[in-house]
Parts: sequence; structure tokens; C-alpha cells
Amino acid sequence: MTRVTISAAEIEDPTLVDEDQVRQSPFWDWEFALDALPDMLLAFLQVTLVVTVVGTLIAAVLGLVIAVLLRVLPAPLAWVLKWAANFIRMTPIVVQLIFVFWTFMWLDSLTIGIVVFGVHYATYMSEVYRAGIESVPKGQWEAATALSMPPVRVWRKVVIPQALRSTVPSLGNYAISMFKDTPFLIVISVAEMVTVAGQIGAPTFRYTEVYVIAGLIFLAASYPTAVLINRLEKRLAYAH
Amino acid sequence: MPTHTDSAGAHPDHSSPSSAATPVIEFVDVEKRFGSNTVLKDLNFSVARGERVTLIGPSGSGKTTILRLVMTLEELTGGYIYVDGQPLTYEDRAGRRVPVPKKQQKALRTRIGMVFQQFNLFPNMTVLENIIEAPIHVLGQSKKDAMSKAYSLLEQVGLPDKADAHPLSLSGGQQQRVAIARALAMDPEILLLDEVTSALDPEVVGDVLNILRDVADSTNVTMLIVTHEMGFARDVSHKVMMFDGGRVVEEGHPDQIFTSPTHARTQQFLSAVLGES
Repeated sequence: MTRVTISAAEIEDPTLVDEDQVRQSPFWDWEFALDALPDMLLAFLQVTLVVTVVGTLIAAVLGLVIAVLLRVLPAPLAWVLKWAANFIRMTPIVVQLIFVFWTFMWLDSLTIGIVVFGVHYATYMSEVYRAGIESVPKGQWEAATALSMPPVRVWRKVVIPQALRSTVPSLGNYAISMFKDTPFLIVISVAEMVTVAGQIGAPTFRYTEVYVIAGLIFLAASYPTAVLINRLEKRLAYAH
Repeated sequence: MPTHTDSAGAHPDHSSPSSAATPVIEFVDVEKRFGSNTVLKDLNFSVARGERVTLIGPSGSGKTTILRLVMTLEELTGGYIYVDGQPLTYEDRAGRRVPVPKKQQKALRTRIGMVFQQFNLFPNMTVLENIIEAPIHVLGQSKKDAMSKAYSLLEQVGLPDKADAHPLSLSGGQQQRVAIARALAMDPEILLLDEVTSALDPEVVGDVLNILRDVADSTNVTMLIVTHEMGFARDVSHKVMMFDGGRVVEEGHPDQIFTSPTHARTQQFLSAVLGES
């Protein structure tokens, strides 16, 4: 193996721990918690957040491209694309991460993580967009035809804006779901926050603080995301 | 609001429309099937320039299908349709029925406008954007020209202050008036009206019909109309065609059709629609 394990946190000297000392130590150690926080936050920002944000952007754009192509490509090509997307959607993301990791050895693990998450979730999001596109009433297409609007214009100005309206909540759910899948990155040796938490806890068997912090950080990030999605949804609703 | 004080009994000039050399619309042996269900069969008729033709008949008789075929919203399964003498969707080339090149079809289609029963305005655009979209991006008009035309059309349909409104904030009657303005903004040679008042509240039907009477009076646009408003049909049309079972059972001048229909099916239909009197 030519790969080097990447870890966002340098592990402190793993000297042996006295078991009695562990048992007698308090349930919650503030000093330990505050020591662990910077490394965990760093791992969160550098890995979890980057993969989720960039991955979501890739998934949202690629998903829309797939959904539109499925509608406009000639039947045989659309069929190939449909089954390629089904294949990706129906196989586990962990398997895909490992496969791409060992197939494209020269690529950086974090890049692989971002691309695999983006493409995997694009296949889910394409289904959301497909439903959104199908929800645009037939009369909208007919009005566009009656006005002789060119197809690209019909998609850009009539169909996609209306299709997006109903898709925002589901797309948001997938973004949050992707966020929560990031610990899978461990299989390609990318240490995101939860992995780093384990690494910090291991030498002293103190896991309570680090995993509680990990949970709070996830919550602190998920909640504003949900609020943001909600707001976006309202903005996309038609003015009355 | 457009005033139309003299509409009662003011029939249009029923003399045959001018320059009828080439029909604007011509159906030749048209047949339309949906699966195994034949909706139109051996249909032949033509509409002259400036002529206003109303199609009447029971629902399911294929009237709306005729408009949808002209607008290329339905696949023509048999026969030919000509617009200004040119084949619209299929042409006869050395005895073979072949599809018309897409480009030619598009060029012809820009001469045709349609107003739908359900309005079909784009809800994600303002009223103004709905009207100027196609003139700018299909006809290549400047934004300035398209906008000034749009404002004068909004004036004409009685909605001068609704340019920036969103369609869903308007009533059905207002939406339909915007839809009429949107169709007219394309300066169509042919205007297809597909049951344009059927989805409206009874009290606003009159407004919409008065606007269409004005359009009929003030322009030379050819109209193909499907409606259940017999008074309107009688006022604006040069010719009425009675359909049943995908065929024309009777056609003629509106006065004749409405006062002394010759075919039993027409008599039966009209007495049902106009009430037993």
C-alpha cells in the first residue's frame, strides 16, 4: 500500500493508562473537553463541512443535469444513463468509496470523498428533480409550445424554476443525510470529526466528552441548515 | 375596461373575407387516433384569411383536438394540415407522407397563437414577463418594443395596473385576459380559442368575451373558436361548424345554424345547449 493515513489531529503520546485512575476519574472532565475541542473543530471544518458543502453542490447540480438529460436524451442513451444512475444509487456508498480509492490511487483521498459523495447523492437528488419536473402541469409545456419558445428557454425559464419549488425540502434532507454519512470517510482513511474524536479518546479511554462534543457540533451545524432550507423554501414559493 | 355598448345584435360583416386565394388553414383528409380510438376521420375543411370559424358540438366530438392539431400539441396520425398553403406537420412527397422539417414547422407555428381553457400563464413570472417572453426570445423584438406593446395590450384587456402582479394573485377572469394579451403580443395570423370562458365564474365571462369581440372587430386575425357560448359564437363568427363523432355534420352561416339548423343532430344539440324553447 502506497497510501499514507491522513489524520487531522496529531495523536498525543499514547502511554499506558492506569485502569484505576480511569475508573476514579470524574464522569465529565472540562479540561479534557476543552483540550479536545480545537482538534475536533478543525477536523469538522476541514473535512466534514468541506465534503458536505462541496458534495451537496456537486450533487445538486449533477442531479439536475441527470434529471433533465433523462428527459431530453434519445431513448437508448437515456436508458444507459438511467441504469448507470440506478446502479450508483443501489450500491452502498462505503463500497463506492473503497472502489474509487483503490482504482484511482493517484487521487487525494479528500477529493475522492467529495466526488463520491457528490455523485452518489446526485443519483438520489436526480429522482427528486424528476418528480419536480413531472409535477409541472402539462399546460405549462403547451403554453410554451404555443408561444414557440425554444426548448432550452422552456427548461430554463418555465420548467426548472417551477420544478425546483417542490424539491427544496427533499434536497435539504439529502444534504443533511450526506452530512451524517461523512464518518464513512474513515474507510478511505480520511479522518473526519468522529474519527478524530475516537483518536483523542483512545489513549485515556475518555470517550464521553469527545462524542458529546461531536454530537453537539453536528447539531449546531444541522439546525441552521434546516432553518436555511426552510427560508429558501419560502422564498421560492410564489408571491401572492 | 373596454367599452362595448353596441355588441348586442351587432353582427360582424358577414361578407366573405378578403383575399381568400390561399386558405390560412386547410385540413385535408385529417384523421386523429388516440390508440385505437379514432377521434377525427376524413376531415376536410378550410378557413380563409380573416375568417372566424366556431366549432360547436357535444364534448368528445373532437373540436378541441382540431385546435390542438393546428397548435402542433397533438401528433397528426393521418392526412395533412396546411397553414398559409404550407404543410404544418406532414407533407406529401412523391406519394409518401413524411414529417415536415422542424425548422419549417417552427416558422409556421409562430404565426399561430392559442388561448387555453385553463389560462396556462407561467406562475413563476410576472404578468409583464409572461407577455414579453416570447416576443423578445422568439420574435427577436427589443425589450423596449416588447414592453410598450405589452403595456398597450394590458390597456386593451383592461389590466393596465397589473404588469408587475403575479398570475396567481389574479382572478380567473384577469388571468384569462392576460393570456389573451400574451397570445396577441405575438401578432398571430391565427388565433385559437379553446373554451376560453369554460373555467371562469359566470359574472366575468362577459368581460372576457367583450375583449375578444373587440379583437375580432379591430383586427383581421383569423380565429378558430371552440366555445359553449352560443351568443358569442353567433356574434363573432362568419361560419359555424357542427361536429359530432369526429365529423362535420353541418356547417353554415351562424344565423342559419342557430335559427334553422337542417340536421337533426344540430337541432338536438342546440335545443339542449340553449335550453328547451
